[in-house]
Amino acid sequence: MSYEYTSIRDFIDFPDPYDNPFTPFLTSNLPYDLSYGLWQIIGGTIAWLINVIVPGNGVSKWLLCDEVSVVFALAIFMLVTFIVAFVVVLLNLWMERKVLGRLMDRRGTMIGLKGFLQCVADGLKTFMKENTIPSKVDKMTYIWCVSLIVGLSCFVAVMVPLSQRWYVVNYDTGLLIIMAFYALAPFFILVSGWAQNNKYSLIGGLRAAELMISYEVPMLIIIATTSLLVGSFNIGDIVNAQDEIWLIIPEFLGFIVFFFCAIAECERPPFDIAEAETELVEGWQTEYAGMKWGLIMLGDYLRGSVSCGMVAIMFLGGWTIPFIGETPIPEIIFLIKAWFVFFLMILVRGAIARVRPDQILNLGWKVFMPLAVFNLAIAVLLKIGGFY
Amino acid sequence: MADSLVPVLEAQEKMDTDKMWVIWGPQHPFSHGLWTLKLKIDGEFCVDADPIVGYLHRGWEKETENRDYARIIPMTDRLCYCASMTYSHLYCMTVEKALGIDIPEKAKYIRIVADEVCRIQSHLMWLAAVGTDMGNLTVFLWAMREREYFLDLNVKLCGARMTTNYPRIGGVRNDITDLFDRDILRTVDRFEKAMWDIIYLIDDSSVFVSRMRKISYLTREQCANMGLTGPAMRGCGVDFDIRRDDPYDNYDKVDFEVPVLNKETKVGDTYDRYMIRIEEMFQSCDIIRQAVQKIRAIGKNAPYRIKTPTKVPAGTTFGRLEDPRGESIMYLASDGTDKPYRLKVRSPIFTNVSCSKVMCEGVRIADVPAVLAQIDMCLGETDR
Repeated sequence: MSYEYTSIRDFIDFPDPYDNPFTPFLTSNLPYDLSYGLWQIIGGTIAWLINVIVPGNGVSKWLLCDEVSVVFALAIFMLVTFIVAFVVVLLNLWMERKVLGRLMDRRGTMIGLKGFLQCVADGLKTFMKENTIPSKVDKMTYIWCVSLIVGLSCFVAVMVPLSQRWYVVNYDTGLLIIMAFYALAPFFILVSGWAQNNKYSLIGGLRAAELMISYEVPMLIIIATTSLLVGSFNIGDIVNAQDEIWLIIPEFLGFIVFFFCAIAECERPPFDIAEAETELVEGWQTEYAGMKWGLIMLGDYLRGSVSCGMVAIMFLGGWTIPFIGETPIPEIIFLIKAWFVFFLMILVRGAIARVRPDQILNLGWKVFMPLAVFNLAIAVLLKIGGFY
Repeated sequence: MADSLVPVLEAQEKMDTDKMWVIWGPQHPFSHGLWTLKLKIDGEFCVDADPIVGYLHRGWEKETENRDYARIIPMTDRLCYCASMTYSHLYCMTVEKALGIDIPEKAKYIRIVADEVCRIQSHLMWLAAVGTDMGNLTVFLWAMREREYFLDLNVKLCGARMTTNYPRIGGVRNDITDLFDRDILRTVDRFEKAMWDIIYLIDDSSVFVSRMRKISYLTREQCANMGLTGPAMRGCGVDFDIRRDDPYDNYDKVDFEVPVLNKETKVGDTYDRYMIRIEEMFQSCDIIRQAVQKIRAIGKNAPYRIKTPTKVPAGTTFGRLEDPRGESIMYLASDGTDKPYRLKVRSPIFTNVSCSKVMCEGVRIADVPAVLAQIDMCLGETDR
């Protein structure tokens, strides 16, 4: 019996993923390329090992065929996306603690890489906590609401591309879909507030609904304005339309309104009426403890990051720089802009007291709404004048 | 169908199901200390409130009956950690009144200085609490930062930060240290500038002001009927301050003006009750400056304490002073021994918190922390 020696090089090669008919992406996608290459290395090594033990078997071939490669490459791709989102969330959390600390004349977190590891430790701590479920809650709703709220946050997080080459999905109606999934979360907050059998949670859930009706309409009007100027709901098109002048200049009022609506969107102070701790203990999150609470926090910060990214995309040119266009590091440019917006949000949090629910309704309908409509009127004039 | 619903609706009306009781406390982020506020809410509005205190009852008054007069002084510090100086001052003053003795001039001025430092740090503690109640931690930390300087002054004066154990029956425990007068003037000058940072943060912010304006009005008559005293009362247009109207120690020799708001309208809202404390802090700075000048004029080696008998003659004595939170009263019944027969404390907050029913009626849930922050809760003296 002859032993046929096969080199590992026969198994690992790097074909173009876009030649694969099952690849779900039409244009170049950097994280997918990386994942595909990574699977070629991992899968090739496994296939070679199996081939060494049982030469000439079918499994080795199967592992590297087009369909299976795409499935495993997409699994790695999802992991990469989640890790990137998680790191961005941790960096946001760290930045908030440090900047807020400086505003308050204290140092913020200190331990481990200027306090960055403190955020990781706090995240790990929630894993260690006991998973408690209060006896009189509606169990199904209580658990599933967390999953849905966090899942929706993750969903909007993958809708925002970091650059032309770093995206998960690229819909022509991207902006509308983000808004649609944003608007779904408050319903589950309302339901979970009801399910917890707690008066604080109930009031908190009702307030989340109250908050939503105040900011959602002006926000949508501004999105309509942007798509009117650009002529598309596609995020890539919106960014490309700003290669000469950022949309913040024609839409300055819209920027201000959208910025404050975005703060309300992710329920950050001063618009955190749904979880106002001096009145409602922790609002609709009162009965959630341990990892459930940790997941809710993760979802909150994901939404915060996405809101900042939305502001950066819609008004600050996304990943491009005016007159230069795309740089070699568009993802970093985009993240820096998003972090700048987040920095502004932290400043607002440090300076302003919590707003009363009726004041938010007044603000939304009597201030933001007319400003948004005025902004739309300006956009219409610009469009008629032929500037866009 | 419609007929069958009628008894159900009637029953609902009788049961009052559209309103619900929400219980805030004893462990709740808004209650500074252990107390409970029961709120009856109708949607976003409060229709009724019921404060419950007593979780911190330690039998303070009974405990004093088993102690010498001198050994009660450290206990008076524990009545309120923010106003320890004023409470021990009040106790010593009451016993001196019972003994019928007059203490040295210098001790009187030192007590004034200590009282006003105590008032400023107590008000800063209140300001910090207002910050957290309104949902802004920046105010909290800035106010606490300023408070540290006054706690440092306490350390320089008597060695302790909060439970000071400083006044004595017949004077004060020790003379001021050499550089204390210089340090206190510097601190006060610095504070008057630094305070404006916080004022800009609050009063220039329309969010802060609109959270407090036009809610929870109290009239002068209501203050009188409910026994509301202190800054909250002066914010509602009542021009009364024990330091000026019934002067104790040497407050009559110090020139100061009592800040009173709404003298004409006689009605004050939450913002007025907030504003009066801010103005009082600046007033206290003035009083401190004058008192320090008086201490300097008296000279270094003047007596600051006299010897007093340990036994107090039989009889009853009544002492009162202006606490940072209101009017504190001690009523001493002595039987000729070295221990009091009975020592009754009238805590200003115990009466002030009973007004929360009137204060909370008709305001929104979100306003309740802002309204009740103006009471400046301190449970140590409320429950005793």
